[in-house]
Amino acid sequence: MKHALIAMRAIVLREALRFVHQRERFVAALVRPLVWLLVFAAGFRAALGLSITPPYQTYITYETYIVPGLCGMILLFNGMQSSLSLVYDREMGSMRLLLTAPLSRAWLLFSKLLGSTIISILQVYAFLLVAWLFDITLPGWGYLAALPALLLAGLMLGALGLALSSFIKQLENFAGVMNFVIFPMFFLSSALYPLWKMAESSELLHDICAANPFTHAVELIRFALYVEVNGMALVWTTLATAVFMALAVWGYDPARGMMTRKG
Amino acid sequence: MKLPILTTLTAALLSTTALADEIWVTNEKDDTISVIDIETMEVVRTIETGERPRGITFSKDFSVVYICASDSDAVQVMDPETGEILYDLPSGEDPEQFVLHPDNRHLYIANEDDAITTVVDTETRTVVAQIDVGIEPEGMAVSPDGKIAITTSETTNMAHWIDTETQTLFANTLVDSRPRHAEFVKDGTELWVSAEIGGTISIFDVATQTEKAKIDFEIDNIHPDRVQPVGFEFTNGDTHAFVALGPSNHVAVVNAETYEVEEYILVGRRVWHMDFNRDRSLIFTTNGVSGDVTVVDVASRKALKSIKVGRFPWGAAFRPTE
Repeated sequence: MKHALIAMRAIVLREALRFVHQRERFVAALVRPLVWLLVFAAGFRAALGLSITPPYQTYITYETYIVPGLCGMILLFNGMQSSLSLVYDREMGSMRLLLTAPLSRAWLLFSKLLGSTIISILQVYAFLLVAWLFDITLPGWGYLAALPALLLAGLMLGALGLALSSFIKQLENFAGVMNFVIFPMFFLSSALYPLWKMAESSELLHDICAANPFTHAVELIRFALYVEVNGMALVWTTLATAVFMALAVWGYDPARGMMTRKG
Repeated sequence: MKLPILTTLTAALLSTTALADEIWVTNEKDDTISVIDIETMEVVRTIETGERPRGITFSKDFSVVYICASDSDAVQVMDPETGEILYDLPSGEDPEQFVLHPDNRHLYIANEDDAITTVVDTETRTVVAQIDVGIEPEGMAVSPDGKIAITTSETTNMAHWIDTETQTLFANTLVDSRPRHAEFVKDGTELWVSAEIGGTISIFDVATQTEKAKIDFEIDNIHPDRVQPVGFEFTNGDTHAFVALGPSNHVAVVNAETYEVEEYILVGRRVWHMDFNRDRSLIFTTNGVSGDVTVVDVASRKALKSIKVGRFPWGAAFRPTE
């Protein structure tokens, strides 16, 4: 058990160090949601605010609506980015070193996942701080209540990234992940528009959005930011985390997963 | 030992019940009043009224409530405890807004269709005077000393100054297009008049009846045509005014000293009138099109909650239940 914790600490620290050394990555991760918040959302300021949906108690501006979705965006992009780093690790050989450690593969992968999620959460809070400076505020306790939601959502998206990375053979293929995973997941969710708005244009679109695990991750964060629990989103996000994690463990199993085919 | 605890608990419970003050809201299209419990922020009672209730005000001792039932051509007098209409006052045709004189006896009523201000004695239930004013009178105000009454006329674009002793006009001042609401502030030294189409609030020096300032409103990303000031109320000490800006769906917070707009707060659709709770820490705005009342925290200037009421809520009035 002690060894397992030492390994976890080492992996998390490695993630943190990597993050500290890549300051531009931090800036990039922060700039992306801020551009959405301060440029994109500003144009839609008056567009929303015509309907009140939980957890909101009154009319809100679009900037307020979009904040939880952008927290999700940070977690999503970081989850994928860490999967990218895994592909890089594999190509450089440091992956082999990690996976030969005398500890269970699932544990090592989970540690890696936890490390990248903690880094993502730090970025989310940095984003929330900047949003606060621009007078987009949330209930005081919401910032604390969101922590477990951010952790679960971060683990889910990180696990998805891990699972995907086990299937990506080369770094170049990562562009495919952008096009076929990140963008559809982000745009077909409640991050940018509420589901009732989607239903107005297309029922099918609404159903796809409702089934998207990212929608539930965003809703879990949204409710938590207002110190409420969305039971349905919690169940969906937990289930999706378990499935993606199982896929990742399977994918990284040399006996069965894609690793064998890679040779 | 248990008894004092029990007594304290009971007292606490009783005091909680007693402190549950109310906001009364007239629903123009439902012919009802929605009563909001300020503690729970929920509608606890819905009371039937005459047709198209708009203006609403309580007597100074809160023993009766006066309601302008515009399409019933009556000012109705209601017992707030039972919700029973006690009697109708003669009001002239189409009463829209009114104001109760500080003597707690005379109502000054704007008769929108007749271009008349009617003065009614609520004790004898008779019309004391009818004063010709401009076309479509609406906004009504009485100075704190009771000497001056104001009627604003929507089409003539004027504030008409009435001497309450002689019940005659002694001055008329031009304001911007479609004046809707008037209030005396700072111990009656200033008169504020909102102009819906003009998009301004004009401030008059009461002693000279001359305009001393004008406030403009401008909200980012909202077309100026939609920024239409209507009802407004003042915080403690008349330091700030909260101004309903109609279809812009915002309430402006105006510094009453500098006449600068300090903040715009998003509320429901077509915000019209408003009233405060007891200590003026909360303000309740009526949002006509969205059919709800938004509760705004005065200190933080944040909208806390929107409460569904009837269709087209119009007027709001505070009622203490103690």
